[in-house]
Amino acid sequence: MTTMSPTPELAAPRPRGGVVQSVNDSLVMAKRNLIRMSRIPEMIIFGVIQPVMFVVLFSYVFGGSISVDGSTSPAAYREFLMAGIFAQTVTFATAGAGAGIADDMHKGLIDRFRSLPMARGAVLTGRTLADLVQTTLTLVVLAVVALLVGWRTHTSPLEVLGGFALLLLLGYAFSWIGALIGLSVRTPEAATSGGLIWLFPLTFISNAFVPSENMPPFLRHIAEWNPFSATVQAARGLFGNFPPGYEAPAAWPMQHPIIASVVWSVLIIVVFRTLAVRKYRSATA
Amino acid sequence: MPGAIYAEGLVKTFGDVRALDGVDLDVPEGTVLGLLGPNGAGKTTAVRVLTTLLQPDSGKAVVAGIDVLKHPNEVRRAIGLSGQFAAVDEYLTGRENLQMVGQLYQMRSKAAKARAGELLDRFNLADAADRTAKTYSGGMRRRLDLAAALVVRPPVMFMDEPTTGLDPRNRQQLWEVIQELVAGGTTLLLTTQYLEEADHLADDICVVDHGKVIARGTSDQLKARTGGERVEVVVHERDRMPEARAVLAGFGKGEATVEEHTRKLTVPVAGGAKLLAEVIRELDGRGIEIDDIGLRRPTLDDVFISLTGHAAALTGEEPGEGQAGTKGHGRKAHKAAKETAQ
Repeated sequence: MTTMSPTPELAAPRPRGGVVQSVNDSLVMAKRNLIRMSRIPEMIIFGVIQPVMFVVLFSYVFGGSISVDGSTSPAAYREFLMAGIFAQTVTFATAGAGAGIADDMHKGLIDRFRSLPMARGAVLTGRTLADLVQTTLTLVVLAVVALLVGWRTHTSPLEVLGGFALLLLLGYAFSWIGALIGLSVRTPEAATSGGLIWLFPLTFISNAFVPSENMPPFLRHIAEWNPFSATVQAARGLFGNFPPGYEAPAAWPMQHPIIASVVWSVLIIVVFRTLAVRKYRSATA
Repeated sequence: MPGAIYAEGLVKTFGDVRALDGVDLDVPEGTVLGLLGPNGAGKTTAVRVLTTLLQPDSGKAVVAGIDVLKHPNEVRRAIGLSGQFAAVDEYLTGRENLQMVGQLYQMRSKAAKARAGELLDRFNLADAADRTAKTYSGGMRRRLDLAAALVVRPPVMFMDEPTTGLDPRNRQQLWEVIQELVAGGTTLLLTTQYLEEADHLADDICVVDHGKVIARGTSDQLKARTGGERVEVVVHERDRMPEARAVLAGFGKGEATVEEHTRKLTVPVAGGAKLLAEVIRELDGRGIEIDDIGLRRPTLDDVFISLTGHAAALTGEEPGEGQAGTKGHGRKAHKAAKETAQ
């Protein structure tokens, strides 16, 4: 070990500040999280297996019994179902982001980051961006499996891509909810379950797995205004997966699902990003 | 002119607990201040306030000439922090960890890469540079953590219990690194519950307890407050104790104290080993049998006990930090208690 230079100078460069620094810092953090993910491949594998199981179980167990607009053919249900499974899958990013950030808190890494002259939101933005990449990979695998069990789209490639874009936007929005949960709980384990528990009612009281028309009126209203349903409805439309002769419910988000989906997702991002960044600034690990 | 680290009247409460209860600090440039105290004294809270991680309820803090509360981001450019836990990403390699920290200090990625290489060499981590930190030993992780704090050669460093949980060999190594750093002109604030560590590394020591600085000075000054060296004698027969006490009074420069149940007599003295020999001859001449005798120089432990009425490391959890969610205190306290017991 050699000795240090006799006069330690203030060597941290002046921060570039503003958007450039935010983007740079966020990319550094995203890269860090992607490297981590690549070194914990079992996390990615489990992340894929779960939705694949849902595809198979729902298709073959419920497929023959659930009526989609009068048709009980398993094939019709499979087409109907996929947008719902895709949407549920992207929301699982919540748990990943939450657990990752809780883990960083737990290990003292958030303290280190907060003591550095870096952009305030970058730790969280980097994490959510990395989760977006992971969600994209999961969706690709899932789409392939869906094609194998008989799912087809009936629209232009651009519309199909549009459907996936809305799904990813929803996933990104939900990872900000996860970020807030991760900063609010004490352990990664709590973040994982805290990130999942409420997802089940949210995704089941929706049009994801069964048409909302068959629900009792009270649940039906919830389902049709559920932010999650808007994206399912939009993606289902963009994939051309409505059954023949389908008429959308009268609720506004069901009539204008694409706009509703974008509005809901952007609103979630704005609200939860603001809350999460504020929480981060005062985080006490 | 205030020093490189300056604090005035820092107060921070967590619920009912006053983790900091009016702390003043002044660390001249290029010196080391040891913040010494048991768990729960408020050491970590003080470091968290000075490193911009925690807002105090009131008080003033200036680091490297910059107001911590007004310009936290400027302060962050001038400091390095090495916390209680090796805060490194265990799934990244040593090199990746240091590069990332460099980039977050706003270095260009090429400069960050070069600096990472330098630090890995300097901290004897070059061989393990491209292994994930998960595979590192505890000592290696601490070195990596310290290296991360030094990426931009910050003029002011904070180390929160840098050697807690390390074995003696790794502790010695880390001490050497810290001494080199200070020789290079870095100002350092170091918290520790090891009295030996403060004695060894710090120019000045602040003893803190219950959020207050209860004593400050150099190690020698603090020791002098407890009255310098003394002779301790354990007498074999209880009924010879009064006689032995009279003998000691003749040599001492103060009252001899008596511990009945251990048959131990203690008297402050001046005169060192020569005097000890005389005491032994005198006791022997009177036929007073002794089980043990020795010349004791005060340790910082004695200082601590005389100041606070309790030993340094045996007081359990740090309430303030505990409430704020710091993990691992239990483990640390246990460890500290064990070491004190040895």
